[in-house]
Amino acid sequence: MNARMAGQASAPPALPPRGFLRRRIFTSDHRALAVLYLLLGLAAVTIGTLLSLVIRVHRVWPAVAFPFYGMLRPEDYLAVVTMHGTLMVFFVLTVVPQSAFPNLVLPAQIGADRMAFPRLNAAAFWLTLASLFVLLAAFFVPRGAPISGWTSYPPFSAIPATGPGQGAGMDCWLAAIGLFCIAAVASSANFLATILARRGQGMTFGRLPLTVWSWLASSALTVIAFSTLFAAALMLFADRHFGTSFFIPAGEVISGIPRAGGGGSPMLWLHLFWFFGHPEVYISILPGMGLASALLANFTRRPVPAYRFMVAATLLIGFLGLGVWGHHLFVSGMNPYAGTAFGLTTIAIAVPSSAEVLTWLAMLFRGRMQLTTPMLFTLGFISFFIAGGLTGPILAQPALDAYLHNTFFVVAHFHLVMAMAGVFSVFAGIYYWYPLLTERLMNQTLGKAHFWISLIAAYGTFFPMHFAGLAGEPRHYAQLAGPIESFPSLIPVERGITFAALTLATAQLIFFFNVIYSARHGVRAGGNPWRATTHEWCPDAHPITRGEPYAYGPESGPEKDFLPQWESATPAPSQFGAREYPSGLKPE
Amino acid sequence: MPATFTRHQVEIEKRDTGYGGKPPVDRRPTGGGGGDDNWDSHSSRHGGPRELLIRYRLAVLSGLAGDFVFFAVLVSAFFVRPTAGHIDAGANFVSDWHPIAIPPILWINTAILLLSSLTIEVARRQLFHEIDVMEEWLGLGRPAVRRAAPWLAATILLGGLFLTGQWIAWQQLAAQGLFFATNPNSHFFYLVTGAHAFHLFLGLFALLFALVAIFRLKKVEMRQIALDCTAWFWHAMTLFWIFLFVLLVCYQ
Amino acid sequence: MNWLPPNGALHGTGFDQLLRWNLDTMFWLFVAAQVLIVLAMLLAVLRRGSAQATGPAQPRSFRFFLFTELLPLLAITALYIAMVVTSHHLWAARREQANARNAVRVEVTGVQFAWYFRYPGDDGIYGRLVPDLVNAPAGNPLGLDPNDPHSRDDIVSPVLVLPAGQPVDLRLRSLDVIHGFFIPGMRLKQDAIPGMIGHLQFTPEVPGVYPVLCTQVCGLGHARMQTRLRVVTETEFRRWLDARERIALATPIPDIPASSPAVARP
Repeated sequence: MNARMAGQASAPPALPPRGFLRRRIFTSDHRALAVLYLLLGLAAVTIGTLLSLVIRVHRVWPAVAFPFYGMLRPEDYLAVVTMHGTLMVFFVLTVVPQSAFPNLVLPAQIGADRMAFPRLNAAAFWLTLASLFVLLAAFFVPRGAPISGWTSYPPFSAIPATGPGQGAGMDCWLAAIGLFCIAAVASSANFLATILARRGQGMTFGRLPLTVWSWLASSALTVIAFSTLFAAALMLFADRHFGTSFFIPAGEVISGIPRAGGGGSPMLWLHLFWFFGHPEVYISILPGMGLASALLANFTRRPVPAYRFMVAATLLIGFLGLGVWGHHLFVSGMNPYAGTAFGLTTIAIAVPSSAEVLTWLAMLFRGRMQLTTPMLFTLGFISFFIAGGLTGPILAQPALDAYLHNTFFVVAHFHLVMAMAGVFSVFAGIYYWYPLLTERLMNQTLGKAHFWISLIAAYGTFFPMHFAGLAGEPRHYAQLAGPIESFPSLIPVERGITFAALTLATAQLIFFFNVIYSARHGVRAGGNPWRATTHEWCPDAHPITRGEPYAYGPESGPEKDFLPQWESATPAPSQFGAREYPSGLKPE
Repeated sequence: MPATFTRHQVEIEKRDTGYGGKPPVDRRPTGGGGGDDNWDSHSSRHGGPRELLIRYRLAVLSGLAGDFVFFAVLVSAFFVRPTAGHIDAGANFVSDWHPIAIPPILWINTAILLLSSLTIEVARRQLFHEIDVMEEWLGLGRPAVRRAAPWLAATILLGGLFLTGQWIAWQQLAAQGLFFATNPNSHFFYLVTGAHAFHLFLGLFALLFALVAIFRLKKVEMRQIALDCTAWFWHAMTLFWIFLFVLLVCYQ
Repeated sequence: MNWLPPNGALHGTGFDQLLRWNLDTMFWLFVAAQVLIVLAMLLAVLRRGSAQATGPAQPRSFRFFLFTELLPLLAITALYIAMVVTSHHLWAARREQANARNAVRVEVTGVQFAWYFRYPGDDGIYGRLVPDLVNAPAGNPLGLDPNDPHSRDDIVSPVLVLPAGQPVDLRLRSLDVIHGFFIPGMRLKQDAIPGMIGHLQFTPEVPGVYPVLCTQVCGLGHARMQTRLRVVTETEFRRWLDARERIALATPIPDIPASSPAVARP
């Protein structure tokens, strides 16, 4: 009783701090942090995209000289690939869906006014930023950035003599990953505490929006996965600098020079890395899946069918995601029975994923679809998720993976299912939540142009990669023309991919322009522009939750076709009566 | 950007988290104190002291879950590394994993750590003792804090003893010629005991902080949180140590 | 599907059929799903004029759930299971069986940035290798021990030559970092991991020349780390082996440690 009455006596809120720096930068306000995270993601995605263009251009025209740099050496190419992968996976596909978006709307969606631990949350952002700087510093240290790919398999990553960039550059990479792990675990601990213990009045688990369920699952995965990576990175660091040999086998001969010591196993890193790496995929895509469900409900004006089924699928994907890492090791010579087992778990995770896809497809045909920009990007997300997801069961079969592993088929698979689907859901989120930041909607015409060009260019970029993979083209090849095999049939395909990639990157200028333009000239959004039901659109900062999320459709009432969570279905008396409105807390 | 960040004022000042709210107490037999957590009716808008405590505990436990995974991964190296021998030139399987004789002082250290876990649990419970807490809450003195402080001080002492003991154990190993880089098992030994000692080192600071905090903090529930979270961290470290110690002793 | 390089291995036919079946199924599922999405968008555009939403929503209708969710999900799960079962036959035949007794044995060693192939020679036993003796410029890239009698007849070749129609047992190892041993024409791939010995069995069928690639990024020369597999007839293979054997026996194994100052590195 006392706790309930507590609010009555609380002091009036103090004035917000003044000054740009204190309001927007050095603040623990989650929305300001969301903007900072978005800017960080924007910086990372810009660099990452430019690097990917370097990759594409170099593959097709190896002799081209880049401005301010000149011709790319093979080690430069590998450094660019490594940094592209690391930036995109960690600082874009993890930071934006798993850090920026929850900061933007998670507290509001659960009816809370702030995070459970705002300062911890802010510290996580600054650590992430430091991690980005340390990573980018790898470009400028002697001998350049690491060249062992974002997976950094030892002994390549453990012995500096194995290549340029494996010295100071690799140390930068490891330090950046360590910082990022701490930041990710800290921010996820905050999200978990916020979701579990800071929900507003009436926000039961059965009323949580699906995005919140996704963040619950992905935060739990983050805590587990990134702790694993941190420990693995620590051991690799010890191998590099303190003479241990967790990952370095005995009898190494590097460039003709025998190396003393060793006796470890590189397989240990493979297992640990992918025990992190595969959940990481779900960390970056689960929030997008939750968002897709929410936006489909909103823009078809119909509830999510089988809400509990979707929640179960989300949690099941998160749980099973911890047990499939072995499918990255099918060709590592591990026990064939283990290969069979990991193939089975991987197929098993395809089932809840398929369930979510089927639900989305079913949702498309109910109600009336409104083809707004966020909806288009959600459809794009589903399209890419299906396109990339369907090759998943193929790669899950060890017998087939034994040919396709580490070819461009895999590149096509994860760029469609993780990168493109992830980025399109990020765009959907930004178009959708933009009014929360600016009170204006983003320009729809520009948005649609952005969508269609991006969609076609993205398919043009990544779909033909399947063919390159079937032809047997391995990843990380600095040039197509090798001494024995130069894949002559792939040259036109590769050229087409490069043109599509250039188009894809250029199309993002429309988006940048739209973001800046609409901040001043966009249509005024009003309180709830999408006529949505979840709390981030509620005018009250402390809403009481009165119903389920996604109550759309004719049943919602005679006048409007939706019932926000903060509004009651039947005006009075409430079916919960006194229980829901304790004296003194009845809302106006 | 011209627009306001938020349509409604987001309060960023430190909220008064329990003014008027009774701090949680240890009420038998539910242990955690009462069972009237009804999500439908409670208001986290002005999250009461109990919600605050739960929130802090949740964050500490999430962090500890990550920490547990961290130690589990280090331990996985312990299981993998001995099997990662190689075939030498004479086609013999060679493993460079040499068992380490555990310095006997580790047994004493283990006992000390277990004892410290006991003392901090006693200290923690003092702060949830209903009558004392009510007395503190009403501003009639600080009986709970006064009872808890000696136990907390004892924990700090025992924690310091444990760390000293670990240091001695390392010295003893070093005297036998076993250093960090000597052999794979010694890497592992130093790495896990070092990582664990580092955690306890942080834990000592947390204990010191808690000791100061329970005297300096004005709100009863904040005092409880400071001690409670430290205690859970300390218990987890004891648990991890037992886990590591059993491995080191039994699975060489 | 026609993108695949010509197949030369015994198991490749089954592999190609399996892959084709998988790709076809998934491609049509992909097309079906995309058609559904486009159809829904077209419907939305066409209905834009109509006044009110169509029909009742029936959000809790079990029949809706059954037909749009459960039955298709069951069908897809059945498809996945079928995929696992069919591919497991191939996997089990390839990996879960004992080595063929009469297999041609070759040891594959990956090193930055070349593949070396070692045949055990007439005695059928691989000679001892000493990391300290590895010295490619001096002509001992694998570190063969001259003091081991089994090493005398070992043949080290930069090209893999195999007889058609005979089972082959490859012994995979690496001297420095992880390499990915990949013969697209043989539908064959396995990582060569330092500190571990991997085994890979297959039967080349069609004589010809097949590229051998590295698929695990291994350093700045990763894209150059290629060689050839020559599949030849049984008699031709014997002739080649005998010729190499004679050369191997005639040339003494250099035992100059690479780190010794006597050897000038080029």
